[in-house]
Amino acid sequence: MLCEECGKRPASVHVTKIVNNQKMQQRLCQECARTKWEDMGFFVQPHLTMQSLLSGLLSSAGGAQIGSSPAIQARCSNCGLPFREFARTGFLGCGHCYQQFDEQLRPIYKRIHGDTEHKGKVPLRCGGRARVTREIESLRKELQECIRVENYERAAVLRDRIKALQDGLASSEENGGS
Amino acid sequence: MSLRDMMRRHISGWMSLDGPESDVVLSSRIRLARNLRGCKFPPRSTDAENKDVLAKVEQVVVQLIESRTPLFKDGRWVRISELSPIERQVLVERHLVSPQYVQEVHARAVFISADETISVMVNEEDHLRIQTMNAGLRLTDSLSLASQVDDILEDSLDYEYSERLGYITTCPTNVGTGMRASVMLHLPALALANRLQGILQAMSRVGLVVRGLYGEGTDSVGNIVQLSNHVSLGCSEEEIVDNLSAMTLQLINQERSAREALARDLRIKLEDKIHRSYGILTTARMLSSHETMGLLSDVKLGIDLGMLEGVDPSAFTELLVLTRPAHLQEFIGTELTSEERDVRRADLVRERLKIDRQKE
Repeated sequence: MLCEECGKRPASVHVTKIVNNQKMQQRLCQECARTKWEDMGFFVQPHLTMQSLLSGLLSSAGGAQIGSSPAIQARCSNCGLPFREFARTGFLGCGHCYQQFDEQLRPIYKRIHGDTEHKGKVPLRCGGRARVTREIESLRKELQECIRVENYERAAVLRDRIKALQDGLASSEENGGS
Repeated sequence: MSLRDMMRRHISGWMSLDGPESDVVLSSRIRLARNLRGCKFPPRSTDAENKDVLAKVEQVVVQLIESRTPLFKDGRWVRISELSPIERQVLVERHLVSPQYVQEVHARAVFISADETISVMVNEEDHLRIQTMNAGLRLTDSLSLASQVDDILEDSLDYEYSERLGYITTCPTNVGTGMRASVMLHLPALALANRLQGILQAMSRVGLVVRGLYGEGTDSVGNIVQLSNHVSLGCSEEEIVDNLSAMTLQLINQERSAREALARDLRIKLEDKIHRSYGILTTARMLSSHETMGLLSDVKLGIDLGMLEGVDPSAFTELLVLTRPAHLQEFIGTELTSEERDVRRADLVRERLKIDRQKE
């Protein structure tokens, strides 16, 4: 289908405009859409995004071997995403895709980021810190209750348990595990 | 509705001009991409799965708002499907959501903090997009704020995270820190001297990406560009921010010396240009959005160089946002045709700039 504005280039953008409750639809080519949308203040270039750059990467030199390998036929066993689909959109389907397609993705990390390993933030939960902190809190409450009812035997056990957990947290912090 | 109250206040925290280096840096922004463990990523998931993710996040965020947790108290939880097309566009123009985000309304909602420095989009490209924005060059502050919001959410939500790859994101371009740091820069002198293209190309060689005012896939208008990091894997959040800050400082110096050179060598021509632009803004009866941004850019340059007196510097950022099509229609209270918008925009600009003149 050709662009409704210029009638020359193929229509690739579908514009829906609502003015005073009047709905207008138009199929435009990218150039005409661009000119039209300038007035709305938006300049969307759907084909120049990180994803498209990524799929470009996949089909370039480094991706050639990926493209020709049987991997291109592979699917994620969790979400069913075909690798071919990822090569087209640049989007993975789920967390498991990263494991499933690891071999194919490694050269991509290298090309995009120049690295293949994370060196940034570690979630608190990952080291179990959030859980440990919560456990300490609840043990403290229990300890106070034990002291109140003069159950000193139980209180001593709780006190030792809290100390052990706190020491564990402190040492994980020293090892950069925060 | 509550969004209307937000509009009435007009100005978000990031729009003030009291941030560091505000003659060149309009704002600093941090975005963190996070996904929930075991859930398919939004581009691949069904409507029901999206709703499930939304429900999980909504429960957590609404609880945080109601329990008046710091950073969340007095914030708003806004379902995109409950907004009019204009209200959705208003969120885009205020940089609270991405332009792509409001193209779809199902199973989408955004948390917006009371001062609008924090927003959390649900079911964008990733399940969560945490964003913080500050006025001027304050990337470190924005990062620390984003990280706090991240910690609070992580306490109740289980993130997809791998020890080797870090935070798992829909697109491998974001994997690792899941972070994009960006600064919005006003570079009129470099643009006038035709040096912008060359400098921006150089930026891309040091791992930075240049975009237009509204992010990925948008053009630069009003000599405003966004500079952001490209790499998200293999370096820490702090390293990314340090790198971007260092490059931004370089650009600030380049822009300032270009301004000085223009003011020295082409003073009368520059003054003429600035005053003509101011003249058009204060007298025109119709102004397009595009033209307004170009003219406002000249006026901001005039204010920063001390060539234009009696104009409140905050008029620039205020008008930059308020004259955008959706804000204008929200402000007027009715949908307008393109021509009507141009007339109302000219009225608004004249009105705003007249206030400054009267103060003089």
